[in-house]
Amino acid sequence: MAVYPRHDDHEHVSAPDANEVDFYHYQGRWSGLASWIFSTDHKRIGLMYLTLMLSFFLVGMSLGFLMRLELIAPGRTIVDAQTYNVFFTLHGVIMIFLFVIPGLSASLGNFILPIMIGAKDVQFPRINLLSWWLFLTGAVLAVTALFTGGGPPDTGWTFYAPYSIRTGTNITLAAFAVFVLGFSSILTGLNFVTTIHRMRAPGMGFFRMPLFVWAVYATGWLQVVATPVIGITLVLIMVERSFGIGVFDPVKGGDPILYQHLFWIYSHPAVYIMILPALGAISDIISVHARRTIFGYSFIAMSSIAIALFGSIVWAHHMFVSGNSLVANFVFSLLTMIVAIPSAVKVFNWVATLYKGSIQLETPMLYALAFIFIFMIGGFSGMMIGVLAVDVHVHDTYFIVAHFHYILFGGLGFSLFASLHHWFPKMFGRMYHQVPSKIAWFLTFIGFNVLYGPMFILGWEGMPRRYYDYLPQFQLWHVVSTVGSWIMIAGILTMIINLVHSIKHGKVCKEPNPWGGGRTLEWTVPSPPPLENFREIPVVNRGPYDLEPSESK
Amino acid sequence: MSATTNSLVLAHHKDYRGSKFGIWLFLMTEVVLFGGMFLLYSVYRSKYPSDFHHAAEELNTLLGTINTLVLLTSSLTMALSIAATHHGNRKLALWMLAVTILCACTFLVIKYFEWGAKFHHGIYPGSAHLAAFPKGEILFFGLYFTMAGVHGIHVLVGVVLLTVMFIRVAGQPNAKLSFVAGHGLQHAEGGNLAVVDAQGKVLWKGDPIDSTIQRIDVRTRFWPVKSRFKVEDFNQLENSGLYWHIVDIIWIFLFPLFYLIT
Amino acid sequence: MSHDHHEEAKHHEPVGYGTYFITWFALVFLTAITVTAAGLHLGAASVIVALCIATIKAGIVLYLFMHLKYEDATFHRLILIVIAALAIFIGLTFTDTAFR
Repeated sequence: MAVYPRHDDHEHVSAPDANEVDFYHYQGRWSGLASWIFSTDHKRIGLMYLTLMLSFFLVGMSLGFLMRLELIAPGRTIVDAQTYNVFFTLHGVIMIFLFVIPGLSASLGNFILPIMIGAKDVQFPRINLLSWWLFLTGAVLAVTALFTGGGPPDTGWTFYAPYSIRTGTNITLAAFAVFVLGFSSILTGLNFVTTIHRMRAPGMGFFRMPLFVWAVYATGWLQVVATPVIGITLVLIMVERSFGIGVFDPVKGGDPILYQHLFWIYSHPAVYIMILPALGAISDIISVHARRTIFGYSFIAMSSIAIALFGSIVWAHHMFVSGNSLVANFVFSLLTMIVAIPSAVKVFNWVATLYKGSIQLETPMLYALAFIFIFMIGGFSGMMIGVLAVDVHVHDTYFIVAHFHYILFGGLGFSLFASLHHWFPKMFGRMYHQVPSKIAWFLTFIGFNVLYGPMFILGWEGMPRRYYDYLPQFQLWHVVSTVGSWIMIAGILTMIINLVHSIKHGKVCKEPNPWGGGRTLEWTVPSPPPLENFREIPVVNRGPYDLEPSESK
Repeated sequence: MSATTNSLVLAHHKDYRGSKFGIWLFLMTEVVLFGGMFLLYSVYRSKYPSDFHHAAEELNTLLGTINTLVLLTSSLTMALSIAATHHGNRKLALWMLAVTILCACTFLVIKYFEWGAKFHHGIYPGSAHLAAFPKGEILFFGLYFTMAGVHGIHVLVGVVLLTVMFIRVAGQPNAKLSFVAGHGLQHAEGGNLAVVDAQGKVLWKGDPIDSTIQRIDVRTRFWPVKSRFKVEDFNQLENSGLYWHIVDIIWIFLFPLFYLIT
Repeated sequence: MSHDHHEEAKHHEPVGYGTYFITWFALVFLTAITVTAAGLHLGAASVIVALCIATIKAGIVLYLFMHLKYEDATFHRLILIVIAALAIFIGLTFTDTAFR
């Protein structure tokens, strides 16, 4: 029998029943809550991430709900201006740092990635657990920043200097919280990159990996290379506030625009950290539910790398009106045009996959189709604002708000929802209730577009973002948007309640391949998988979306 | 008995290369972390060249040079420590590790006195004295204290890390072999672990191995033979060494950029 | 192809202690050069000289002390990627600051 080396320093003894029962029922050293929060099992860690992230998402969504309520009419509706500033700061910080950046990587990536490459766990399971603890710590620190010091931050999630240096609110603690979260992200990226290099099953070369793995791989590199930049930027903010070194303070010769450069050098690649795994998941989901091998596999694989590369050199397009030199604006605008190309490559290949596929309109496919529609709109609007002449007019308006919500929420959000439904039977051994899932999808999709669509119009007409008050001429679309938020929230809540209920009460579904069309390795193990995923590490002798040689006719 | 020992399978060797890959990735994040500050330095230096030049004269080049030599030497002793493990010489490894830690502490002590003198002269971030300087000089010192400060924190972390490594290597067996249930140990059931001399005489015999035995570890302490050392056993020491060298490399860039631009 | 986990059994002979002493000596020598060069009046070239010497020193530490010489291409590529990333970050920032 082949001995599979376990890749950590700590030598591990398998309990006899490690592969007899699913991982929920495996009896390890701990029991109860401790068996989760001290577990180094990537599946448990993934679920813990998912639980925390969805909780934070609900908090962020509630803040969004309140913001939309405030904006239904000009002037004060439910809160004052300072509170509104706090609302949008927290909405941004929570959604970005506690939900979207861990995103599909930390949750589904943790759960599915090792199984997809035929491994028993990740390369550094204890560091994986540390990542989760750092995530929790950062979140607790961020919450603490709300109630201590000078009060909750009001700078917007971007912490721009010089206001972030001068404001009395608790920026230092908030910045430190984000620093800790960044460290968590770095460790996850490092772990996944190493896992993919070292732990693929025999026969699985890079070009036999599923596209979700390619996406997580590219994301891991971005996490490792870009995140330290925001780390040091936040340290500099803390040092500036505490010691007044002057690097961002014009009075002492500093340049606030340099803060923006440093901030966006990370935060632009960060949006690719957010979206890349989502794009990878869609490739897998479409292939399964269209019952077809993916069209243009190697192009999609390379496009993930290309997005990571090009996405790292376009950051100053967030700063076109901040005071950049014209040379910089030209250069970054040109580079920004290029980054759209690999994303388009993906969309073309998905559509080509759907063409002549046997499309099953299961809930994951519904979300995936909605994703393509919404992501395209987000992408096109991005191309528009990459053009200098347009951005000068729409920067810091609702046009930008609409763009990034279409890309991020429509993008990562819908992909996450699709993924939750797609891998639900694998994770829980049950099927979600079908009818509520489709109702939820419908409400979410319609609500999303009614909420964010009008924002393009508002921005184009000149409504500034982060504004608590506005001129009466903008009110119509604000009302429409707020109503859209209610519809969407109804849809999302329906979805979450449905999924949570189905965990315990859904139809039992223990087969390895409940969708029938699953061809990647996670569809060969029981649902839910046992502790070490595989009894024996498989040997791979075909592409990830190809049929077994015996199955093809 | 020997037939039984031959059929036991060595369990779970570590992925030495994967561990090394992981630490290199982490060290690259450290490089980028400092890189952000080097970016600020480059921009401000190009903006205020003469102010930077002037401010650098305030720094104590002699102490800076001594500190550079101290760190370079600590890198040497760190590398020697690891080489010693490869040569099977645990004693030398520990001595060299101790010298490395001593050098690191020396660096911090020199820095303490160097900065003490600066503070005494009113040169520290936020001081009224400094606020009266030209802007470029304020920025020079702001960057200097921040970059050297973050570097110093990394040196301190290094001291702690290397001390922990010292304790670990000192307590480490020369070699450890493990035989684990489910991976061949069942072939030994009914047998005993024994120490047998060259003539086959049993010098020591352990309890019978039955199905309740999950794992057998054999640790040795007295094999001062070069070929018995497995490099993987000193994985953590090597990784710590790599960290230490990166700390040295950061200083290799900090030193000329702050002390030698006079 | 996935990796053969036994390839690290390619034991090269352990690096001799002498190599490290020579390395150290080269580093000390280069330090002396760079301190001396700082005393000369090279004007704008002094930055370039200082950075070149520092880069050589860093390269020596990477190559010999950190064993990059004995590692395979993956590690070389890793370092090049990160250096390239930093160069791009700093370089593109200069398209802004140098032209204002």
